[in-house]
Amino acid sequence: MTRPSPAVVAVTVLLMALAAAPLLAAATAQPFVLFLLTRLMILAIAATGLNLVLGIGGMPSFGHAALVGVGAYAAAIVALQTGGGAWTQTFWAVAAATLAAFAMGAISLRTRGIAFILVTLALGQMLFFFAAALEPLGGDDGINVPATFAGDAGFYYAVFALLAAATAATAWVRATPFGMALRGGAVNEDRIAAAGIDLPRVRLLAFAASGAVCGLAGALTTFHTAFVSPAAMGWSRSAELVAMVLVGGAGAVAGPLFGTAAFVALEELLSGYTTRWHLVFGPVLVIVVLAARGGIAGWIDGRTRD
Amino acid sequence: MTLAFEQLLNGLQLGVLLYLVAAGLTLVFGVMRVVNLAHGSFYMLGAYFVVAFASWTGSLMAGAVLALAATTAVALVVERLVIARLYRREPLDQLLATFGIVLFFDELAPLVWGPAGLTLALPPGLAAGVQLLPDLAVPVWRLVILAAGGLVAAGLGIVVARTRTGAWIRAGAADPETAQTLGVNLPLLFRGVFALGAALAGLAGILTAPLLTVQSGMGNDILVLAFVVVVLGGLGSMRGALAASLALGILDTAGRAALPELLAAVLSPEAADTAAPALSSMVVYVAMAAFLWARPDGLFPAPRR
Amino acid sequence: MNIRLVAAVAAIALVAVALGVTLSGKRGDGVRIGFVTTLTTASAAIGIDMRDGFDLAVEHMGGTMAGLPVTVFYEDDGLDPEIGRQKTERLVQRDGVQFISGYIWSNVLLASVHAAVEQGVFVIGANAGPSQLAGEGCLAGFFSTSWQNDQTPMAMGEVLNRRGVDNLYLLAPNYAAGRNMVAGIERTYRGAIAGTDMTQWPGQLDFSVELAKVRAANPGAVWVFYPGNHGTKFFTQYAQAGLLGVIPLYSTFSVDALNLPVIGPLVEGLLLTQHWSPDLDNAANRRFVDGFRARTGRTPSFYAAQAYDAAMLIRSAVEATGGDLDDKDALRRALEAADFESNRGDFAFNNNHFPIQDFYLREVVRTEDGGFGTRVVDKVYTAHRDPYAGQCAMTP
Repeated sequence: MTRPSPAVVAVTVLLMALAAAPLLAAATAQPFVLFLLTRLMILAIAATGLNLVLGIGGMPSFGHAALVGVGAYAAAIVALQTGGGAWTQTFWAVAAATLAAFAMGAISLRTRGIAFILVTLALGQMLFFFAAALEPLGGDDGINVPATFAGDAGFYYAVFALLAAATAATAWVRATPFGMALRGGAVNEDRIAAAGIDLPRVRLLAFAASGAVCGLAGALTTFHTAFVSPAAMGWSRSAELVAMVLVGGAGAVAGPLFGTAAFVALEELLSGYTTRWHLVFGPVLVIVVLAARGGIAGWIDGRTRD
Repeated sequence: MTLAFEQLLNGLQLGVLLYLVAAGLTLVFGVMRVVNLAHGSFYMLGAYFVVAFASWTGSLMAGAVLALAATTAVALVVERLVIARLYRREPLDQLLATFGIVLFFDELAPLVWGPAGLTLALPPGLAAGVQLLPDLAVPVWRLVILAAGGLVAAGLGIVVARTRTGAWIRAGAADPETAQTLGVNLPLLFRGVFALGAALAGLAGILTAPLLTVQSGMGNDILVLAFVVVVLGGLGSMRGALAASLALGILDTAGRAALPELLAAVLSPEAADTAAPALSSMVVYVAMAAFLWARPDGLFPAPRR
Repeated sequence: MNIRLVAAVAAIALVAVALGVTLSGKRGDGVRIGFVTTLTTASAAIGIDMRDGFDLAVEHMGGTMAGLPVTVFYEDDGLDPEIGRQKTERLVQRDGVQFISGYIWSNVLLASVHAAVEQGVFVIGANAGPSQLAGEGCLAGFFSTSWQNDQTPMAMGEVLNRRGVDNLYLLAPNYAAGRNMVAGIERTYRGAIAGTDMTQWPGQLDFSVELAKVRAANPGAVWVFYPGNHGTKFFTQYAQAGLLGVIPLYSTFSVDALNLPVIGPLVEGLLLTQHWSPDLDNAANRRFVDGFRARTGRTPSFYAAQAYDAAMLIRSAVEATGGDLDDKDALRRALEAADFESNRGDFAFNNNHFPIQDFYLREVVRTEDGGFGTRVVDKVYTAHRDPYAGQCAMTP
């Protein structure tokens, strides 16, 4: 290992701040901080899953919100039908989302570039419409799920630990031969193929693994809100996830967490002043893209996206 | 029989609407390789402008002309401020930046024109029906849309294939660097093509305004479908966009027209009633995923560069 | 030391402080009410009408309930259940509200209601009336000043029977409320059904396919459910298809004071059922409608009427307990008593906390000033109860 990059130092600071937040929330009697930060961290886990394919692998998926939704619905179905506990729900959520991601990857990875974006978007929309047609689960109304966790600090720290693990795993994967092949494929497919690596297989594995992480985020969402609905599966939510990863820094270890934190903080701060916060947020997004090519993490490291 | 013919006409008309949106999108992509989500915003602006100008001038025609000019003017500003800086960027950067533009305009429109949905009343002559068959009357405006689609397709075909401007466009699309060394003013060409693409989106908005509710976010639903068309047709291919939009229009219409009856033969009537629209919502995406799986480059693949 | 790293850490600290400041709500005394509705997107007009109705009620009560100052926190759900839930949590945990009202959409209400009720905050639904909260899932802390989804279409089915319609074509979007509405019609309508088309949701562009089917089926009447902007679009296309005045049209929740100014000429003579109408002749309604017109220059929609009633219901409970906001049991009993003058006239709560109320047949008519309005033609139901109350374990 070389010296950690400045962005990694900064994300460690951010993680430490997240770890300390419950103490401050308790001291100031502001439990809403915990709700907001829990949502932030769950989104960051989903963004970490997306970062594996989009950032590291260079595969711009616009269907990942649907994978999060598959995980959320799987956890909900287990809770409603069998009354299974957190572990059972999480297991099935991860399994279902992995399977869905495997299928989505198998179909979409035949295409490249814009077509890939569109095929993942289309497959995500199919899952969205399917969930909206699930009448026993409330259709598009969604359905309330028995609460698995009380909204306490224990759940907050569980999510925090999973986020820290996901962030560390990103750093680890980048350095493995698998991660190197994935990163290489994003830059130059032919060279990777010439090296005798089965790139399609590497990519499909990465897609399935990213689905597993998103499925985990889905299960956590169900635990957190005790509610599932198709509204969180549409393509615009996928676009938001992509925006979070890009703004944070695609491919960077710190990218997903920075991006989600910036997104949630802006949303909370701006919407506190005006309901028309998109008037500010839209141009901010444009400026970030035009000015900071490597996202926040890239800017801290003083370089553009690799 | 009349019903089948009428539904075919409906399918064609939906296809033409999609084509009008998709044509500008694929033109801009073909020449500049820019994926422009803000295309849907120009569609929305065209619709809002025509409502505003038609009531201001009291004439639909004058309103439409002014709306087209206003939409193009906005597009030129957007090009100058944002798009011109995106020409050499990755598709994802382009998507994200233009997504920001969409958020901005979707919030700006209700601020300017109020939160309620608007409509555009047609003059009696255009709202009336034309007796096409003894028992089939079709609203004049729908024929206007069909005609406009035909004119745009023919006009674009002639401009791109036959004129000097078209030669520049083709040269710019095929090889921008060489085109520039041969004396094509690339920034000007790009600006012109972007304005033309936006004008086409504005035209689509103007034509649909009398049919739909003019409201914030109206461009987003149709934009996704237009993207499906662009990819299915082969990125950057004008005739691919035409073929794909007509095919999708007819496919979607056939799904809505016949699926409930078809499903009722297999399922209970109640299940068929709810499953049919869910399936017909999905049918476009299923067809697209299946088609691209078999032919990843679409109907008429553009030459790679 | 890397200057950008320092800047980044400083930015993290700054954002954390900024969030801390905005999140540390200034809890004050008095009655604190949250209002979650839609103030952005294409449905903003509905949310703004509700906000105006609620504001008007607070103004009519002089900004106080039982001598306590009233503070209302309006929040935008952006049509998204997740955002609605987050705003609800913020109102409960940061702003320390005792009541939350609003909620246009079933999915936002379902995502949010438990989080508030479990913290001892009363939720007064001012529009959405999903069956999930009316039957087995009824809640002691939830009250509705609108209706249960099935009630209004049930009244319409009854109207169709009385008017001798024996062959009906049904059109509604394919989402939960749309399917509820169709089911509601089918509960009471006894004639034949010529066809049912559930159209794509969200955002079907064009109804020409369905309208062609309607014309081919040539039914005795068409019934539709297309709320808000969808109604505007549907009625425009119905007229353009040449069906206006040819096949009689009935609707529920598709024409309201928000789209009537725009589509008035297309829907003159249209019949709809509702629990309220601006021309209902009672003192509370006159005060509400006149006040709303004076304040905004618009005729209020039923959304605004329900929001106004929600504020009045809350005041009745606060005053019944003498301003004691901590005695939740007493507050609940006072809410159940519904001791306020509703702008719809008679109002009582059923055991499931949904209203027992009258339903009227309304007709779209040209008004004296050349605009369009509605007038009450007939009373369809008196003291109507929704069909789910029997499954609710709460006792009156």
